[in-house]
Amino acid sequence: MIVYGVALLSFCTLFGMYTGNLLGELLGVNANVGGVGIAMLLLILLSNLSKKQFHLDTVSESGIYFWSAMYIPIVVAMAAKQNVVAAVSSGWLAVIAGVLAVAFSFAAIPLISRFGGDRDIEQEVK
Amino acid sequence: MDGSMLTELLVKQGLISAFLFVGVVTWISYWLSTHLTRGHIHGSAIAIALGLALAYIGGLYTGGSKGLADIAIFSGVALLGGSMLRDFAIIATAYGADLSAIKKAGWVGALSVVIGVVLSFVVGAVVALAFGYSDAISITTIGAGAATYIVGPVTGTALGASSEVVALSIAAGLVKSILVMIGTPLVAKYIGLNNPQSAMVYGGLMGTTSGVAGGLAATDPKLVPYGAMTATFYTGVGCLLAPSILFFIVRFLVG
Repeated sequence: MIVYGVALLSFCTLFGMYTGNLLGELLGVNANVGGVGIAMLLLILLSNLSKKQFHLDTVSESGIYFWSAMYIPIVVAMAAKQNVVAAVSSGWLAVIAGVLAVAFSFAAIPLISRFGGDRDIEQEVK
Repeated sequence: MDGSMLTELLVKQGLISAFLFVGVVTWISYWLSTHLTRGHIHGSAIAIALGLALAYIGGLYTGGSKGLADIAIFSGVALLGGSMLRDFAIIATAYGADLSAIKKAGWVGALSVVIGVVLSFVVGAVVALAFGYSDAISITTIGAGAATYIVGPVTGTALGASSEVVALSIAAGLVKSILVMIGTPLVAKYIGLNNPQSAMVYGGLMGTTSGVAGGLAATDPKLVPYGAMTATFYTGVGCLLAPSILFFIVRFLVG
């Protein structure tokens, strides 16, 4: 049943949000602390349990995959409802932050790859 | 049916109208991606850019603060793009992520994800500071946006940032995503991007899944799954760290 997948997703979302709110309260901030991340972790953990412990059939899974596929369309809608007029006045901020983030990340790749040292994964592929 | 009846219908069926709207925007974007950029810029990035552009037009037209959603017939866009459905869809993307994949990537893969989030966050936060933002919530949201255009708004909503700051965080993430798509093939040989190991590090550091997949596909299609594998964990880690530990550090630093 498709609704089982959707319901499981809802459970993880509500659990994550509740935990995030609780954490926020404990830490004395009026915010949801990491709720989405906690929900994602829970869903990953559940989907990686062995089939004996927890199993969703393919039809139920499609209830989750539907929402997963709606992610970009929803992000488009989210972009379309922002206060872009106010943001444009500091539009260079976005450009500079994006460009610098990419530049620093590119620069870090050879450093961290070297950290890894061994190439066992590459050999595995061959 | 005259115009006002159609308007009334579109307003009444707000969410349904929003589905149609987003579908049309997406279709146009993928068409532009294939025909204008020959697939170099992914359709999803164009769609998000179009969304921002339409929000700008909507804001100019109505003088409101909710972008296109201030125009009555597009009011459903606010519901579809609101935090409830957005968080729901983002969480859904975690389903099926393979834990054994992360084990295979090893500690270098895991490390690259954490370093990638923190690195981009710090860069974005410093730029926000340089542009005169001094409150912890705005700085954190823009820093999170430099990670990806998802981590930014999720963090902004969790902390209660203004829509203007959230828009900036989306735009920063979008610039990053597009640059990764275009720039990867150009810098690939200088950063040693020619084996699965460095592809995984690359995916973990960049994190923008569409950017990583697009960039690797143009560099060496065989590397796509390795980069995508670590990139999928990036959003989760970002959504976990930015509105929590990273926010507390920023708040501690700026008071």
